[in-house]
Amino acid sequence: MSNALQRYPNIAALHQALSSRQLSATELAQDCLRKIELHAGLNAFVHIDADLTLAQAREADNLLATGRGSLLTGLPIAHKDVFVTQGWRSTAGSNMLKQYTSPFDATVVHNLRAAGCVTLGKLNCDEFAMGSGNKHSAFGPTHNPWDTSAVPGGSSGASAAAVAAKLVIAATGTDTGGSVRQPAALCGVTGIKPTYGAVSRYGMIAYGSSLDQAGPLASSALDLVDLLDVMSGFDNKDSTSAEHCKGVPNAPGRIRDEFNEADKSFHSNATQPLKGLRIGVPREFFGEGLSSEVAQAIEEALKQFEKLGAKRVDISLPRTALSIPAYYVIAPAEASSNLSRYDGVRYGHRSASYSDLEDMSARSRAEGFGSEVKRRILIGTYVLSHGYYDAYYLQAQRLRRMIVDDFQAALTQHCDVIMGPVTPTVAQPIDHNQNDPTADWLADIYTLGLNLAGLPGMSIPCGFGTGASGKPLPIGLQVIGNYFDEGRLLAVAHQFQQVTDWHQRVAGQA
Amino acid sequence: MAWEIVIGLETHTQLSTQTKIFSGSSTRYGALPNTQANEVDLALPGSLPVMNRAAVDRAIRLGLAVGATIAHRSIFARKNYFYPDSPKNYQISQFEIPVVQGGSISFFVDDQEKTVNLTRAHLEEDAGKSMHDDFVGPHGEPSSGIDLNRAGTPLLEIVSEPEMRSAAEAVAYAKALHSLVMWLGICDGNMQEGSFRIDANVSVRPVGQQEFGTRCEIKNVNSFKFLERAIQYEVRRQIELIEDGGRVVQETRLYDSELDETRSMRSKEDAHDYRYFPDPDLPPLVIAQDWIESVRQTMPELPAALRARFISDFGLAPIDAAQLTISRDLAAYFESVNATLPAGQAKLAANWIMGEVSATLNREEKDITESPVSATALAALLVRIIDGTISNKIARDVFAAMWTGEYDGNPDAIIQAKGLTQISDSSAIAAMVDAVLADNPAIVAEYRAGKQKAFNSLVGQIMKAAKGKANPQQVNDLLKAKLDS
Repeated sequence: MSNALQRYPNIAALHQALSSRQLSATELAQDCLRKIELHAGLNAFVHIDADLTLAQAREADNLLATGRGSLLTGLPIAHKDVFVTQGWRSTAGSNMLKQYTSPFDATVVHNLRAAGCVTLGKLNCDEFAMGSGNKHSAFGPTHNPWDTSAVPGGSSGASAAAVAAKLVIAATGTDTGGSVRQPAALCGVTGIKPTYGAVSRYGMIAYGSSLDQAGPLASSALDLVDLLDVMSGFDNKDSTSAEHCKGVPNAPGRIRDEFNEADKSFHSNATQPLKGLRIGVPREFFGEGLSSEVAQAIEEALKQFEKLGAKRVDISLPRTALSIPAYYVIAPAEASSNLSRYDGVRYGHRSASYSDLEDMSARSRAEGFGSEVKRRILIGTYVLSHGYYDAYYLQAQRLRRMIVDDFQAALTQHCDVIMGPVTPTVAQPIDHNQNDPTADWLADIYTLGLNLAGLPGMSIPCGFGTGASGKPLPIGLQVIGNYFDEGRLLAVAHQFQQVTDWHQRVAGQA
Repeated sequence: MAWEIVIGLETHTQLSTQTKIFSGSSTRYGALPNTQANEVDLALPGSLPVMNRAAVDRAIRLGLAVGATIAHRSIFARKNYFYPDSPKNYQISQFEIPVVQGGSISFFVDDQEKTVNLTRAHLEEDAGKSMHDDFVGPHGEPSSGIDLNRAGTPLLEIVSEPEMRSAAEAVAYAKALHSLVMWLGICDGNMQEGSFRIDANVSVRPVGQQEFGTRCEIKNVNSFKFLERAIQYEVRRQIELIEDGGRVVQETRLYDSELDETRSMRSKEDAHDYRYFPDPDLPPLVIAQDWIESVRQTMPELPAALRARFISDFGLAPIDAAQLTISRDLAAYFESVNATLPAGQAKLAANWIMGEVSATLNREEKDITESPVSATALAALLVRIIDGTISNKIARDVFAAMWTGEYDGNPDAIIQAKGLTQISDSSAIAAMVDAVLADNPAIVAEYRAGKQKAFNSLVGQIMKAAKGKANPQQVNDLLKAKLDS
């Protein structure tokens, strides 16, 4: 048996095959392990342990054989390596944690495991999730399955690449400034960043704590419903996790119920299911820097939505450009403090030679962290310093509130969802901006605002452009909703995916 | 030149919660190193803090007891600095908006009542401990190590205004605060184990000058005695420095109790830039009024209220009432003794408890709860003084016997067995008086010549003859009558 994930390309099909015992979870896991091996060149995985994986698969088979399997039992998934896991190493893509194994599982890992998912291993990422091309990893870059000379995006680049290359049915990612949506767009998969607080951050190696949020990547919105519904929920180990979402307890079932309800309401109008839906299109998302091929693909997608009955509304998010400086002050400020625990004292890299304690920490950090991480620690330390705090950190927090206000004005007065591009261009070559490390930051302009506001957003495949090497590369459409609107967003995306097939294209066969 | 001393104290009180302020690890003292440190205390990747409400309860208790404002919304901030026993390399504390704001504490210095205002009290986590002497390395070799059992223990840092004007006032304030936190049950008060740690900000200025002098912060003061000495040393140092034409430099100084001196730890120039910012892992601490009210329901009668009651109901002097309300246990002991005595005998009970009982407890380094003489037993003894069975002096001997458990500590049994009953038979006493007068004509002559001392000498001889058991009042009366007749 080969290419199980091509034969059963979504969760429903795979679940059907597993529960009817046409396919065993063990065979499926072995098939995925072989395929991962075959695609080792993508450099998507940083740690694989076949014994651990197969043990989980056998457990899944036991459940399936006795009819106790659930929808996700036996599904092969993998975790971005910022989720800590018992068994597999948890490195955050850093030399600092190259040998680190966690004594506990992240809540997200626990929840998916409890639902029966089988873990195939840990996925490469930008070091401590800082980056947007998966270039900043101590384990080397991950390659885009559509064009291996291009980046897969980042920081959840390998999560998107692994799903796009059909190495796993789905993967976890984290999104601090676009790190789920942007790689999903660049690899042609579907990804969602839920509302801040919907998913527990416990066991997620922190980057920017007020911005970090976990989200799944898969090949369709429908699959994301199944995954996100299980991943999310209130967690008493995370003080920032929400107990209630729009008056409903934050627990599994919330997102599925909202999705079903929205989906049902869409069915009431067979020809124009999205009639009445107002799509806000922010004019600031279509300014300078947006490539024409991305602009055109987004335009086509919006037309498709209009055909489905939705109404297009021109809106303004005036502080869009300011989200870049606001983000690159707040995220590094939090990161500089979050990463100070990596000092070589209790765990992680410790320098081989040092003169005293202070020197030990200084050298361990100098050796353990990569250049992008150091850059952000330096910025963060600076903006929190005495005399600069007001001018940078407080100012950025003021901007953040204005950005929240902009989104709220749009989403409460003018539209139900916001749509636009995820990225200005298709995936860039891996060596792009090599000598200008902060130039990549500008490409985050469409994704950062969402994190600053804590809103949910998705990327769904909506077309192709042409990469630097001439190969076709995917384009993603960003769909943004109001707080805790995940179920509804997924239902809107599902409508689009029922009339388009961009999400079904497979890398190498476009 | 005359100098005025200005002192403000910052006190770190370890709150008596079962678990740590942001994790579920035990706070028990004395466990093997690092056996009470979980992923949060070790700052493992992915761990997150969760506020322990029991620590907030205790902060509210203090706030209510000192008449402070309890902030309905306070903020946890990160204080960033690298130190090996600080696992996250930042401390979660409160900076701009603390949970307890204002309030005051009243206490007695000698017999003068003094009130010191509080600036604030804020919640924060304790650090671990670096162990340089008694830590054993992986190969059995002596080594430096870090014990994170204490890391994350809840602290309430209570900051006073700089309103104390002498070392004695500072000590009196510290003692009053110490007894208050124990009274409230929010801290075990154990200074040896570091449950109550004091830093003193000390400065001097010429009498009459408005602005404060440059202050130094003295750390590592772990007893009231050392607090007093450290302040005295520091005041001397600063005055001498200024009088010699020098200038006090703002710095942190460490008190060395062996050398009885303070020495510089770090100057203001070396001071850390802590880069405080609100902790994004913890939402603002919201304390609704009903939370405050629910804590209020569980508050004990406060020492100030009890003090006032002792003065008004029992006629005690303010200073006596203050001493009896040093701790809840002591106050309860007094109330229990007093309840058994006839009305109007509170002063006797107070004198005994603050005198014989306290002195013996101090000598044996015991707490009132460990007293071998129970309140009931003491009351039984005092009843025998009141009814004239024994004198106050004899009662002390009986008390000593009760303390060591003779005759099951029963005062009547002791009095009986030892034949200590007071001689109140006036003919017996008269016989003793006559005998002493007959044997001491010279002293009698001195008395008659107007020497009052001679009278006391004769009383002493009579009491000696009576083995201390003669009723002293009767001895006095009879002797006087016979001499003056």
